[in-house]
Amino acid sequence: MVAPAALRVVRCGGSTLHGARACLGPSSGGQRRFSPSRYLLCASGDFVKMYSVATEETLRLMGGHADLVTGIQLNPHNHMQLYSSSLDGSIKLWDFMDGIPIKTFTVGSKLLALYTLASSEDSVFVVIPKSGERDTYQLVSVKLTKAAGQDLEAKELLVVLDGVDASPKRIAFGREGEYVAAVKEVNLQVYFFKRKQLNRFSVSAAKTKSGNNHFTCIACHPTEDCIATGHADGKIRLWRNFYHKKEYTFSTLHWHHDTVMDLAFSMEGTSLLSGGVESVLVLWHNESDCQKDFLPRLGSAIEYISVSPDGALCCTLHTDNRITIINSNLRFSKSIQGLIKSTDVKTGLVVDPRTKALVLNGEPGHLQFYCLQSDQQLFSLDILQRQYIHQAGLNQADLVKVAFSAQGKWLATVEEREEVTDPELQLKLWFYDEETQSFKLNTRINMPHEDHITDMCFRDMDELEDDSLILVTAGRDCVFKVWVMVEDTDPEAQQRVSWSCDFVGSYHNYQATNCCFSEDGSLLAVSFEETVTVWDSVTWDLKCTFCHPPGKIRNICFGRLTCSKYLIGATDNGFLCCWNLLSCALEWSAHLNILVLQPDPLSEYIAAVSWLSKESSLFVFKPNEPRPIYIQRNLCKEKIQLAAFVPRDEPETIGSEKYLWLRRSQLFFLTDTQELMTLSTKSLEERLTPSSKQLAVEESLPMTPFSLLLGKHRRQQSQEDIDLGKLVVCNKHEQDSPAVKELLHTPAHVLPSASFLCPIFINSLLISKENKSAEEVADEVEMESEKTDDDSDEERDVTEMEQEDTSPVELLGKMTCKLSKSQEKELRKIRKMDYSWISAF
Amino acid sequence: RVTGVPPQVIPGHEARSVEALCWAAGERLFGAGLGGDITEYDLARLRAARPVDGCGGPIWSMAANSSGSQLAIGCEDGSVKLFQVVPGGIQFERNLDRRKGRILCLSWHPSDTHIAAGSIDALRVFNVCSGQTVQRIMVNYHVQKVKRECIVWSIAFLSSGTVVTSDSFGRVQFWDWERGTLLESHTVSTSAVLSLAVSEEEDSIVVGTSTGATYQFQLLPVKMGSLEKRWVRTKPFQHHTHDVRAVAHSSTALISGGLDAQLVIRPLMEKVQKKGYDAVLRKFTFPHRRLVSCARKARLLLFQFSQHLELWRLGSTDETGKDGEVLPLRRMPEHLLQLKSKGPEHIYCSCVSPCGTWVAYSTASRFHLYRVQYEGDGVSIKKVPKVPKLLLPAYQLQFSSDSSSLFVAAARGSVHVLQLLEPGGCKHLHTFQPPSGSPEAVYLLASSADGHWLAAVGGDWAIHTYNLKCFKHHCAVPTYSCAVTALAVHPVTNNLVIAYSDQQLFEFSIPEKQYTAWSRMVQNCGLHKVWLERDSPITHIAFNPKNPSHILLHDTYMFCVLDKSLPLPDDSALLMNQSTLKQLPETARQRQLHAFKICKKFQPLLFADLLDENCLVMVERPIMDIKTQLPLPIQQKKFGT
Repeated sequence: MVAPAALRVVRCGGSTLHGARACLGPSSGGQRRFSPSRYLLCASGDFVKMYSVATEETLRLMGGHADLVTGIQLNPHNHMQLYSSSLDGSIKLWDFMDGIPIKTFTVGSKLLALYTLASSEDSVFVVIPKSGERDTYQLVSVKLTKAAGQDLEAKELLVVLDGVDASPKRIAFGREGEYVAAVKEVNLQVYFFKRKQLNRFSVSAAKTKSGNNHFTCIACHPTEDCIATGHADGKIRLWRNFYHKKEYTFSTLHWHHDTVMDLAFSMEGTSLLSGGVESVLVLWHNESDCQKDFLPRLGSAIEYISVSPDGALCCTLHTDNRITIINSNLRFSKSIQGLIKSTDVKTGLVVDPRTKALVLNGEPGHLQFYCLQSDQQLFSLDILQRQYIHQAGLNQADLVKVAFSAQGKWLATVEEREEVTDPELQLKLWFYDEETQSFKLNTRINMPHEDHITDMCFRDMDELEDDSLILVTAGRDCVFKVWVMVEDTDPEAQQRVSWSCDFVGSYHNYQATNCCFSEDGSLLAVSFEETVTVWDSVTWDLKCTFCHPPGKIRNICFGRLTCSKYLIGATDNGFLCCWNLLSCALEWSAHLNILVLQPDPLSEYIAAVSWLSKESSLFVFKPNEPRPIYIQRNLCKEKIQLAAFVPRDEPETIGSEKYLWLRRSQLFFLTDTQELMTLSTKSLEERLTPSSKQLAVEESLPMTPFSLLLGKHRRQQSQEDIDLGKLVVCNKHEQDSPAVKELLHTPAHVLPSASFLCPIFINSLLISKENKSAEEVADEVEMESEKTDDDSDEERDVTEMEQEDTSPVELLGKMTCKLSKSQEKELRKIRKMDYSWISAF
Repeated sequence: RVTGVPPQVIPGHEARSVEALCWAAGERLFGAGLGGDITEYDLARLRAARPVDGCGGPIWSMAANSSGSQLAIGCEDGSVKLFQVVPGGIQFERNLDRRKGRILCLSWHPSDTHIAAGSIDALRVFNVCSGQTVQRIMVNYHVQKVKRECIVWSIAFLSSGTVVTSDSFGRVQFWDWERGTLLESHTVSTSAVLSLAVSEEEDSIVVGTSTGATYQFQLLPVKMGSLEKRWVRTKPFQHHTHDVRAVAHSSTALISGGLDAQLVIRPLMEKVQKKGYDAVLRKFTFPHRRLVSCARKARLLLFQFSQHLELWRLGSTDETGKDGEVLPLRRMPEHLLQLKSKGPEHIYCSCVSPCGTWVAYSTASRFHLYRVQYEGDGVSIKKVPKVPKLLLPAYQLQFSSDSSSLFVAAARGSVHVLQLLEPGGCKHLHTFQPPSGSPEAVYLLASSADGHWLAAVGGDWAIHTYNLKCFKHHCAVPTYSCAVTALAVHPVTNNLVIAYSDQQLFEFSIPEKQYTAWSRMVQNCGLHKVWLERDSPITHIAFNPKNPSHILLHDTYMFCVLDKSLPLPDDSALLMNQSTLKQLPETARQRQLHAFKICKKFQPLLFADLLDENCLVMVERPIMDIKTQLPLPIQQKKFGT
């Protein structure tokens, strides 16, 4: 493997699912009889994701855009194809069943939204910024050239509407593509394509008691001339007669109390769906104010609504990165949850030792366990167990601190209600119940500290017994407290142990800001404003103090493994200090404004992220060396708030010496815009291959009569192998022979003709004398089949001939080993006959 | 054209409530009510005339056919009766097929061949020729599990054969009468839909509900250019607080009236060609009539109610204070007497003499004059016997400023002059008539302070001035195309100040028989745009005897002192500039001054008059006072949950 030149910062998982309206794919023809398999496509960061509606699983991740995907639309002329647009200025046409990009059209300017029309054969509509003017956008139609080749230029742009909004929700195409309607602020403009007429309407801009009535979204009736618009004051207006400039009219539907976020008409146009921050999906029947149905408690604000082409399903995209799939009878069906982006991650990034999931604030009052590999939420733990009230300005309790014990057996959480005078605090300790496979509340401590808790940690001691577990909390009330488990003497108590305070330490009445245990658990470091104190964890004696005035300590951590004698601290006046615990002296210090200090639990490396002149830089160092091992300046433009090392399942092979620190763990960090990023040594394509290509094929293997037949055949074979009881020539290679795989996994429309496939298939079922040679042949076959894909039919005979000559063939089955030479010859004859009649078809 | 013409009022009658009104045979107005009578109204003399018994119990509905030659009434007993409109009255023609259940609404087909009638739970269609019921549709049939009866409150028969009904379930439904099938049903409200009106082109319908909301329905093409059309509920309006009992659809506006005593004219912006008077929402809450009269010298106020009068003595104070202060009273206002009118008829007009000793009022058929005597704190009242027999009703009463005579405005443009005699007698002196004669009654009077001149305005808006000294017609003010809303004679200069319904002001010198120079200047310069765009008419004009150049004007929403000595404001200047003037220093203030000094502090203003040089009386009628007397509106939760 060639080591890449540099580390890349990769936006990893957890990107918002709601960059654009989702597309519900069609139920694909042949499979419907066996399983009502349907697909959900949505834009997620730079990728287009395909989910199975039936299983909620990610089937495919289609990458290729270099920037945010802003719009996806099914190809109206081929429902197995998908157009996607991106900020990188390209439109891609995908075959989403296979995840293959068919064509890439380069437009040039940023594309902010994408629309397709059934009536326009060869053009799509995109929103682009108007050249030369800031913050003005126009809707243009892009002619997609039919020329051959993968990468095409699409420069033929035709401006349809000027001064449109950048949001994709604010443009909609009307019945049969007769007109296009766009809204911006208080103006609605409708352009009729055939008559080339532009009508403008506006609502009064006056601010009313219930907020302003700016347009927020628009939808067009599929069969009638009716436009529905949503407004910031919660009203929905239904416009009619809008081809008259004066005699237009509208009616109003009002249920939402706040902004209408999105609107969608049902396929027949008989009902209208609307959603907003109330997290309620409203179904309006017959455009009537009095007939409406609700689907409440959807969890969080609805951002987008889309309806499947056959009208059987609709899906809502929520602000917390969730997709809800809803039946046409307004019944909740499925939900796909990504990483919830809460407004303020107070808990920090914590790794659950048990599942290796990233743990952080989720829904209000909940702790989310987010699996990085599958980009899905594993589960959400309700910590607060209180009803959350959606109301601005309401002071609600929130989860602020989380700590896991080394084995993930205990979980400590702190919740507080932000109040100026006396904060309401609660410390909860949760025990992992193996039976229920979830955390169970063990102890609840009211007001563990008089003031906010600033830090909390468990003593990480893997080898020690459970009852030696210690929790330390540091508070702004100038003390740190040590909590230990005690046997519950009360016979009424349901649990064996509970937690109570064991020791309260303080230092000169300074506020305790950080706490941290050394690797072996013998020492506890607590920082008190400018001073770091080191305590013996057995006797709770103050061992020594360090300080580096005049800066207050922002972060502290102990070194690990070989560097366990060092204590690292970062101060807020821009110093990173390393103290030697044996000599009690400052080993080295560096002038760096460190925001995040994160030690790798599996190695001695420590990552520090600094923030200087509006860019974040990453430094990786070992405490025993003052020189950093790795420096990446300008990691990203945003402020990095949190970071975490997540242990890899198996150590990765890292080519370069420079990146050795990434071998055991992977570094993730969260920016202040709630973007989860990681560092990767691999290039984009490499990173995608295993997950997207392989997995998808395996999972979505359809149950066809052919596969059933093949499966039966295989079972038989393996059974016979066992029956024989002796070591036969291993047939394994033929089962996953590339030729068969190719045959089964390639979509029908790109397969060569049956006459060509037949010999390859039969060949693959034959067994060669030598295992090795068969493999070689298989490889060869694959190569050739690839070649012939592109070549003309004339060459086919040649390849066939070659195969005949090169492959020493034998028949499969139980006779394999017992075949005589004569039989073999006979068989060859039969095979030669085969071709002629098949090719006749 | 909708203009601010002061409405002419036909005095009511206690026993005759009006349930239905319709125009027939040109300009004839008919009314029918729960009294069971059909009444024609004499519009020239503003009185009810010739009641005809319907013979079917209380009448709930009445409709005239398109030519206006026939009236159909729907009665309590379930009968529909046809009346022929003949000159001078109506004549019973026939009964249509009678079934049980009161007929609450009626509508003629535009071709006059069929009548649709709404009843309880059902609607029926009659053939006018045969008199038979040709279709009966149960409107309740489509609602299951509902035991309540469904009242069809209003009905309209469209020329296409569609019958539109509105009912107590809050539905507006469209029926095909021949097949008896429901075409469309729109649930508009959770409470009843009480009224319905169709535009002349039959492409728009307005309905009024009992929650005070009105909705418009429009017949709109489903697709551009296609012939398929559908009724769509479009605009909702909430201008009323109570039941909207009646709606009308003019070509440019929706008009609605309800239990909250408001008449609302909502223009349809798409039909209004240019911005102007028509393009603004109009709301009429208060009558544009004088219901309060003031005895300046005696400091008394007479309030006119529909069936009684109240006489109050004003309180007084010795203190002085700054602007905005409420001064303590030395004497509290005192309710002196309440005068109940006899009989079921409503009082049409009333007046108290400036000295406070005479009170006069008139109903449709009777005229009463009282002598009030004050003995210390007590008040005694004596009816003046043997009042001269006059041609009644009187439309306006006015005492001369020296309380020696009473002017009675009567029909046909005549004004009677009665001389008041001490102690408690009166004598008919003279009757003025316009020289050319007039069919319309006089509705406004003004007399000069020196007792020399009298001005009278008739229903044809012609102003005649009479000389009281020699009982002669003096002259006529040049006619103007708008109605007169108020007029008064200046006490010093004997100029007649006239306010018209289009907000124009004129000053006419009676002795010189011509418009004054100031008036000509006003006409040349034109009044301020904002002034002209006001929608409530000037209802009273008074003068400041100390400063002859001041004219005091008021309407329902403002009080204005017009200073003739100051320049008129041009359109760029601020009309209502009192608050900005206050902030300016004295020198700058001089430059900003203009003729109109407007005060909007008193709202709604019923009456304002100057008692003496430094004392002004204002009568406010808070809307809440009216609302508390209304029946409770339908309770609705704010979010309708």
